[in-house]
Amino acid sequence: MKSDASPILELRNVTTLFPTRRGDVRAVDAVNLALYPGQILGLVGESGCGKSTVLLSILGLIASPGRIDAGEILFDGRDLSKLPTSELRKIRGKEIAMIFQDPLSTLNPVFTVGEQIRESLRLHNMIGGGRLWPFDRARTAREKQRVLEVMAEVGIPAPEARYRAYPHQFSGGMQQRALIAIGLACNPKVLLADEPTTALDVTIQAQIVALMQRINREHGTGIILVTHDLGLAAEFCDHIAVMYAGRIVEIGRTDDVIERPQHPYTEGLLRCIPDIGRRRPIEPIMGNVPDLADLGPGCAFAPRCPVAQPICTHSFFRLQPVSGEESDAAAQRSGEVHMARCLRLTNYILPDASAQTNGGVP
Amino acid sequence: MRLVKITERLLAAIPLMLGVAIIVFLFMRMTPGDPVDIMMGQSGAVTAGEIERLRSEFNLDKPLHEQLLLFLGGVARGDLGNSFQRQQPVTRLIAERLPATIELALGALIFGLLVAFPIGVISAVKQNSAIDRLSMAGAFLGISMPSFWLGILLIMLFSVNLKWLPVQGRIGSDIQLQVVTGFYTIDSILTGNWPAFISSLRHLILPSITLGAAVAAIIARVLRSSLLEILRSDYVKLARAKGASETRTVMKHALRNAMIPTVTVLGLQVGVLLGGNMIVEAVFGWPGLGRLVVDAIFNRDFPLVQGAVMVYALTFILANLIVDVLYTYLNPKIEM
Repeated sequence: MKSDASPILELRNVTTLFPTRRGDVRAVDAVNLALYPGQILGLVGESGCGKSTVLLSILGLIASPGRIDAGEILFDGRDLSKLPTSELRKIRGKEIAMIFQDPLSTLNPVFTVGEQIRESLRLHNMIGGGRLWPFDRARTAREKQRVLEVMAEVGIPAPEARYRAYPHQFSGGMQQRALIAIGLACNPKVLLADEPTTALDVTIQAQIVALMQRINREHGTGIILVTHDLGLAAEFCDHIAVMYAGRIVEIGRTDDVIERPQHPYTEGLLRCIPDIGRRRPIEPIMGNVPDLADLGPGCAFAPRCPVAQPICTHSFFRLQPVSGEESDAAAQRSGEVHMARCLRLTNYILPDASAQTNGGVP
Repeated sequence: MRLVKITERLLAAIPLMLGVAIIVFLFMRMTPGDPVDIMMGQSGAVTAGEIERLRSEFNLDKPLHEQLLLFLGGVARGDLGNSFQRQQPVTRLIAERLPATIELALGALIFGLLVAFPIGVISAVKQNSAIDRLSMAGAFLGISMPSFWLGILLIMLFSVNLKWLPVQGRIGSDIQLQVVTGFYTIDSILTGNWPAFISSLRHLILPSITLGAAVAAIIARVLRSSLLEILRSDYVKLARAKGASETRTVMKHALRNAMIPTVTVLGLQVGVLLGGNMIVEAVFGWPGLGRLVVDAIFNRDFPLVQGAVMVYALTFILANLIVDVLYTYLNPKIEM
């Protein structure tokens, strides 16, 4: 199926920099990703690993002085990273929409929820009617009709009454539904979801996930889901890319990544998922995310890695196919080919790594 | 609903005003200096009988509590008594002067807002740019510069040297204007008297700038800092992600939120504009309430001071009420 379709959104060697006093911070470092129509791609990692920055880079929303330093972001045959802002604005919200993490702080407190959803339609002139005359009652009424449809679709009960409500009058789950409605209003081809369930109760989380799955199925909307929850990604995504310190360390089909993780970081994340059935103790990954301004030349995970070798701290490893076979770059970016970035996949002849506990981690 | 709340607030102002009346009455009596002595000192030779006569005319010979009751009784009937010095009803004296003070305060407010909004918005959007630094230095100057000094500088430049604007007064001495409301700009429009309108506007410019400079500076700074915070907020990020232009993002999504703290500060400034303009009125020969009150204080003209303080208190209460009403429109989370 993937061989004949072309990706709807493709990132090639995208690098996003933030200049600081201590030098440039590469929040996103040569990231390759591809999203095919109707697919869900998970971007997983701890806070500060650059996964949200990937999403903001796609929409050109990196706050100055940060910038996209290299690479291409291909959407619909165009490189978004090179588009002028005026052109990019036509894509934001209409072709590619974004859902943020904290729904309460993301909704504007002084406008009604309905108005905020309707604004998406108005900005992209989705309903049509004169662009110059903002007080067109009939047009507003048509837009409102569409807003009510979207509100009903995302499961906001009594949309007519909720249209006039303010964000603070909504519960957390309803706020997130409203945010999804804002994203969905223009029927975008791609939905970028930045930790959409993190701020919610567990029961509400499940509802929101189900809603996003339905949108994906019914509209064929491609979704990039950013989350720190590998368990959520496993349930929800077709492919998973694991990020660490701005780089993708492992990417593949969900089954491959979950069942046969190749990178020690992925293994660590999997061991962090609580398992109600088996009641085994959680094994945390020791240590913290490294300081991005102060990365060594080697594998960024080496200081926390239970199987690290001396060579890991000063050798750079490429992301390479787990099978060792050559494969085509497009398939690699999409995650069809299981890839990882680790010494264990290179041709170095190792002493029995798994038998040693080298990282100083018990 | 809103109307009910407003009425409630106005009714709640009554005990407040009663408190103000009692306090100002007592404070005036506690101030050293006797009104009759001061009057007599000014008029020269007097007899003891004359002093007695004046004391009883002003009710100063009665016990304090009786004086207070007489005063409060008058207040309840809308009668603030007669000025000791001027021998005229206090209400009329205040009514003559209050429009001038309010007109100047409004002029200063309009000037302040016209200056503060563009500066606050631009310096927030272009944070740390040359424009931002220059504006904030200007705002610092606006806050620190004493108003009499600024007023004199403006008069020297625009009135004396350039001769663009009049030196003092509310209206040209050669112009006849039929007074309707006491607001000269409004009166001249009502009577269709355009020369008077132009003249009163020209007279209003320099005092308004002098009085409004500090307001402009304070509001610009508050607006800038609240906008800066809001421009980093998630909902501004969402507005951009929806495809809103930068102008729309700032002017619609951010500014409306930044108005909330700004209006609070503005409400406090209105009190300053009405009650803190004695110096500006003196510099520009502006026949407002401020100068009348200063004179009355020096002369221990109890009824006039009491009346003026009550008017100040009332305008302050009203200004705060207006701010609170505005607030409910700006911030849907707040109900009155």
